[in-house]
Amino acid sequence: MRQTALRITALVSAVILGQLPAYAQQATPAEETPAIGAQSRPAGPTPAHMSDPVSKSTADHSKFMKLKGPFASGTQVTEACLSCHTEAGNQVMHSVHWKWEYQNEKTGQLLGKAHEMNAFCGNVASNEVRCTSCHTGYGWTDVRAEMPDDPTKVDCLVCHDKSGQYTKQDNLAGEPPLEPVATGAKTITGEPAWPVDLAEAAQSVGPPPGRDNCGNCHFYGGGGDNVKHGDLSSVLFDPPRDVDVHMSPDGGNFVCATCHVSDKHVFEGSRYETDVVDPHPDRMAGAGHDAAACQSCHSDTPHKGPNVLIAAKLNDHTDTLACQTCHIPSFARGGVATKMKWDWSTAGKLKDGKPYSEENYVQGNGEHLHTYLTIKGDFEYGEDVVPTYAWSNGEMTYTMPEEKIDPSKVVEINKIGGTPGAADSRIFPFKRLDGSQAYDKQRDVLLYNHVYGPGDGTALWQYYDWEKSLKAGMDYVGLEYSGDFGFVDTYMYWPITHMVAPKEDAVSCESCHAQDGRMANLAGIYVPGAGINLGGKIGLAIFLMAILGAFGHGLLRVISRAKGKGDHHG
Amino acid sequence: MAERCVKVYSRFNRLWHWSQVVSIFLLFFTGARLLGLHQLGPFGLAVVVHTVVALALLLLWAFATFWLFTTGGWRQFVPRLSGMWQVSRFYAYGVFKGEKHPYHKSFEHRHNPLQAASYFVLKSALFPAIWISGIAYLSYGFWDHLDGGSFLLQIIANFHVLAAFAIASFVVIHVYLLTIGGFRHHVRPMVTGYEQVDLTPEAEAYFRQTGRIID
Repeated sequence: MRQTALRITALVSAVILGQLPAYAQQATPAEETPAIGAQSRPAGPTPAHMSDPVSKSTADHSKFMKLKGPFASGTQVTEACLSCHTEAGNQVMHSVHWKWEYQNEKTGQLLGKAHEMNAFCGNVASNEVRCTSCHTGYGWTDVRAEMPDDPTKVDCLVCHDKSGQYTKQDNLAGEPPLEPVATGAKTITGEPAWPVDLAEAAQSVGPPPGRDNCGNCHFYGGGGDNVKHGDLSSVLFDPPRDVDVHMSPDGGNFVCATCHVSDKHVFEGSRYETDVVDPHPDRMAGAGHDAAACQSCHSDTPHKGPNVLIAAKLNDHTDTLACQTCHIPSFARGGVATKMKWDWSTAGKLKDGKPYSEENYVQGNGEHLHTYLTIKGDFEYGEDVVPTYAWSNGEMTYTMPEEKIDPSKVVEINKIGGTPGAADSRIFPFKRLDGSQAYDKQRDVLLYNHVYGPGDGTALWQYYDWEKSLKAGMDYVGLEYSGDFGFVDTYMYWPITHMVAPKEDAVSCESCHAQDGRMANLAGIYVPGAGINLGGKIGLAIFLMAILGAFGHGLLRVISRAKGKGDHHG
Repeated sequence: MAERCVKVYSRFNRLWHWSQVVSIFLLFFTGARLLGLHQLGPFGLAVVVHTVVALALLLLWAFATFWLFTTGGWRQFVPRLSGMWQVSRFYAYGVFKGEKHPYHKSFEHRHNPLQAASYFVLKSALFPAIWISGIAYLSYGFWDHLDGGSFLLQIIANFHVLAAFAIASFVVIHVYLLTIGGFRHHVRPMVTGYEQVDLTPEAEAYFRQTGRIID
């Protein structure tokens, strides 16, 4: 009976859908394979009934058979994801997260981790499996070539896992630690690695990424907690209100994606081209925001009261100051320090023929930090650091590999664009990392280092030999190297935009409106209180002359009166 | 002509004067805080006080200007040359010789020519300079989008501060001159309203009738 019914249904469907060849095709196999009955079909996910609690999401991934596993690799999980989310992989492959490449149309520079150099670990090339451990994919072992066009290599879980136990190992080019985990293996956050349960992770997924999904990579950039950014640390997993008023559970309880809105898996917000002014000032009230800019929610005139005079005066500041300048009084708050100085030139020293370390910095949360490492050199840290301020239009121009440098000066790894007083520029806070990096003394270019590569005989972190490390690094990228290296002082700037403090902790008037205030040495602004202006100097001279004149005149009167000729005029 | 004690300064006139004294001193104090000459009190409070007092003083000026023009009081401030030399010579020389002040106040001209000229400059140049630059400064939010807005603000601020010091210099000279011939003697009329002035018999009869003379 049932088979007949099925056959009839299939036939009817085929006739009805006859106009649409694609649908008709789907209907045909059912007709050709009468052996398949409704009873022998694999049980599908059980839809929720009215008696069930109403879920926020329209899909409960723990109900999908495909996600029950077992999975032997992250790639297999991605294959399961892609069987429904057919376009997701392609979307991710068009993102900076995947390409590690950013074409800056305004400056013409091809940036991104795959291309630029920084003042921290220097370069990804030749150190891949360590650096690409934080890549949103699996198995990028050579950044000289783009990642292959293979959507199954996208790591869905790193962003969408909600089980909390998914992680990536710090030296497997993005692969998670799986059973059996190698002894001594670590995760990307520096913890001892555990075997990840891929099936549990796969069934837990959901959008949007939580703060741990983003934070496990972005809070640990540069090789440790808050090392790189200064305003992105593990404190933001659960920050007190005074550290981050938006992300604190006692404040807005935002996740990263609340501001970093995404479209087709591409996120807003960039340190190459930062929105320092509202990109959509004519947006209607209530319109959705598509930029990770404060003004997207707060507008250009956010100050309302309680004192309307002060509010109006503060609003007068928004034509020259970025919101962050006043509302992030300092970075690296909440007990986790950031690296403020990294001197590579001292790396390689040995004690009794062995590498050693010094831990002379105790950060706010009590943790001891390395101040010297044979593999990395000397470090200095900072907490509650007052930012460096500069006019910025958000445009960063990098000192690229093979670009001639002037080693007699401090080399700016990235230069902050912008013009004092220009409509597209604001005074913006930055973290400045003071570096010291290897360069070619003959060719005056920055050098690629090769630091990670156990067993290859050249990696700095294993053999502590700069000669071998730099040669291997330059050979790897196929660039000329004279063999004569030195170290040049560098600055690298990181925009400070997180750790927004509650309004009561905003920078006070007196922090800038005073002698040697925070805005000292910045052009294009008039800061009352920072020094007496020309009008004031001339005016003061006139005023003092008036006082002197009055005193002189009075003195003469007193003298003349003493002589007996004084005035008795009434 | 006889010198009589006449009510020269009306109640509004005195209120106007002393309100200016209080507000101008508050403006000097808070303005100096904003300029960075002293650090007494929070900067934000200084901004608020400076703004509120300035707006109140502007309102007072608006009333006073109206009053001066409707009552004809503006004539007191018209500069004139006659007697200028004698008064100038007195301050530069005669005062040291014990000479008497050459000017005799009349009801129509209670200011000597030098005084009238000074007030004229104060009212026609310095006061407009301070309030025009002040309003421009205060309304920065309405024109900050202009090209070179920040530069224009610096010009305005310099101008404002310069005008403020010029007014402060006026205050210094003004107060100092009160000491010539007795400080109390000069200040009393602005408190009580009554001052010794020369009156024609006709004027004396008129003021006596209207009860504005004290014998």
